[in-house]
Amino acid sequence: MFALDPLLIDNVTWGDFGVVAVKVGVSFVVLLVATMFMVWFERKVIAGMQNRIGPNKAGPFGLLQTLADGTKLFFKEDLLPEKADRFVFRLAPFLAFVPAFLAFCIIPVGGDFTDGNNGRVRLFGHDTLLQLADPPIGMLLGLALSSIAVYGIMLAGWSSGSKYPLLGSVRASAQMVSYEAALGLSVATVFLLAGTMSTNGIVVGQESLRNWNIVATGVVPFIIFLLAATAELNRPPFDLVEAEQELVGGFNTEYSSIRFALFFLAEFMNTMTMSAIIVTLFLGGPQPISVGDWTLEVPLGPFTGTFWFLLKVLIFLYVYIWFRATLPRLRYDQLMDLGWKLLIPVALAWFMALAGLKVAQDAGWSGGAQAIGMVVGAVILIGCFGLLRLAVRASSRGRAEEGAMF
Amino acid sequence: MGLLEGFAITMRQHRLFGGKRITNEYSGGRSRDEHDQKEAKPERLHGRHVLNRYEDGMEKCIGCELCAGVCPAKCIYVRGKDNDPENPTSPGERFGFVYEINYLRCIHCDLCVEACPTEAITESKLFEFSFTNRTDAIYTKTELVVGDDGKPKQMPWEDWREGDDLHTSAWMRATAPSGSAEFEGQVGWSGELGYGTRTPEPAQPERDAQAKTVKAIQR
Repeated sequence: MFALDPLLIDNVTWGDFGVVAVKVGVSFVVLLVATMFMVWFERKVIAGMQNRIGPNKAGPFGLLQTLADGTKLFFKEDLLPEKADRFVFRLAPFLAFVPAFLAFCIIPVGGDFTDGNNGRVRLFGHDTLLQLADPPIGMLLGLALSSIAVYGIMLAGWSSGSKYPLLGSVRASAQMVSYEAALGLSVATVFLLAGTMSTNGIVVGQESLRNWNIVATGVVPFIIFLLAATAELNRPPFDLVEAEQELVGGFNTEYSSIRFALFFLAEFMNTMTMSAIIVTLFLGGPQPISVGDWTLEVPLGPFTGTFWFLLKVLIFLYVYIWFRATLPRLRYDQLMDLGWKLLIPVALAWFMALAGLKVAQDAGWSGGAQAIGMVVGAVILIGCFGLLRLAVRASSRGRAEEGAMF
Repeated sequence: MGLLEGFAITMRQHRLFGGKRITNEYSGGRSRDEHDQKEAKPERLHGRHVLNRYEDGMEKCIGCELCAGVCPAKCIYVRGKDNDPENPTSPGERFGFVYEINYLRCIHCDLCVEACPTEAITESKLFEFSFTNRTDAIYTKTELVVGDDGKPKQMPWEDWREGDDLHTSAWMRATAPSGSAEFEGQVGWSGELGYGTRTPEPAQPERDAQAKTVKAIQR
């Protein structure tokens, strides 16, 4: 009951453990190497967008640049500030790094989703899923781990015993806590439609383009998730946590050497994990593009699922880099306004509308009745939103009278 | 939609969509392949110093220590000494007996060159020299004084390119003395070993006509 992976149901043998161990090892190595290439990819793409060349000296096309940087960081002196809280200062990088690794274990990275196989593949004579773990709480684990990563950043800034890192970590906690709500609410719409929280279950439910959650939930939760995830990752334009122009380096100012490398690695790993989560939740994960009976075939045999998954993830990685190259950083109050006054209310309203629709369908309402219900619901929600705007405007007028800048 | 327009602008910069790269390749001299090309250096670039000699082989440095005095980074150390009357090192009374420049400190401001009364110290166009220990960073007279052919000594860790050693004293001729246009084209400097008296820079209007126009990014 604790693991839905067919591998670990009944008769668990040493062979099953072996398969799990292989999966752990492979995902660990692949994730590290992928992070390495992600750093390269980001530097190369952003260089292209800024009329530069980007890394091109270490290895072919500069592919080994990250390896060179990493080696350099490993051999640098590891400084511990005098005023730092020693234990927490040493602990913080791992609090950021370990969840980044763990969060990836719930992502289905491939598998056979055709003909009701539900993603099962034969691996060394065992039926298994191409994901490290498929706990019934699925996505909740992902959300929980991404919240734990906040502690890494918060404690890093706090334990540095220095002012700029502290400011950075205060920003981090406020930002990540407020965007977590929007993130959770938009994921809830997916849970509502999929009827399960297991990532495998969510992917199985998205067998054709019409069932992809980006379409099925209406595009809005997807956009909200994309924005909130960018903020959650502290990536530009929401990188107030490490705003170089304001905070030197933000929460990691006092970190050097391998500890800094861990933060750096965790950040890029989180970017990849978040892209993979978006793909899993909204774009069908390893499912191919198919409309009705027609499916876009890729002659790759057992790797078809992995191919689609990687392709979709790459698109999102590119989008994140694109964001970074295009958008200027938000001001702090703009960040909070976007989160609390726009994303959370819209996500909540959309969730309630979808829930209402679901209830109506379950109760067997006719199409006309559903439409009328939707219109009434939409009017009520728009009314609520208007009231919210009025309240926000009244309060900002009040603050303006008191002489606040924003 | 201003927002989407912004996204289109960044996307267009990819070479795939006709964007131009304005950064040049730089190899750092690591490999001598087709990527290993350098732009021609500007006439007045401040690189590593050379100590010049007169055409008869005498050193120009008189050990006055003005360069050491003016140096804002305090990286120059000079000791003067009386010339041996039988076998003088420099024309005149004294010569630079010890001359050291610490390149871990030098900021290449060129103030020493401006201060020098005999045009003894000038700067070459070399800026790529990465020594691996502190002793190598301190250049003494052995490294700084030009050789018998008038060319600068080339250390193993220095990245000299074809023709780099020809332009070792551009600053001398770069500006008209006192900044007055009347001195344009007037020779106001002594000859150098291996080069003779260097020709003056072209006058300002001619130089402006020759100047490469700034590469504009075409869209």
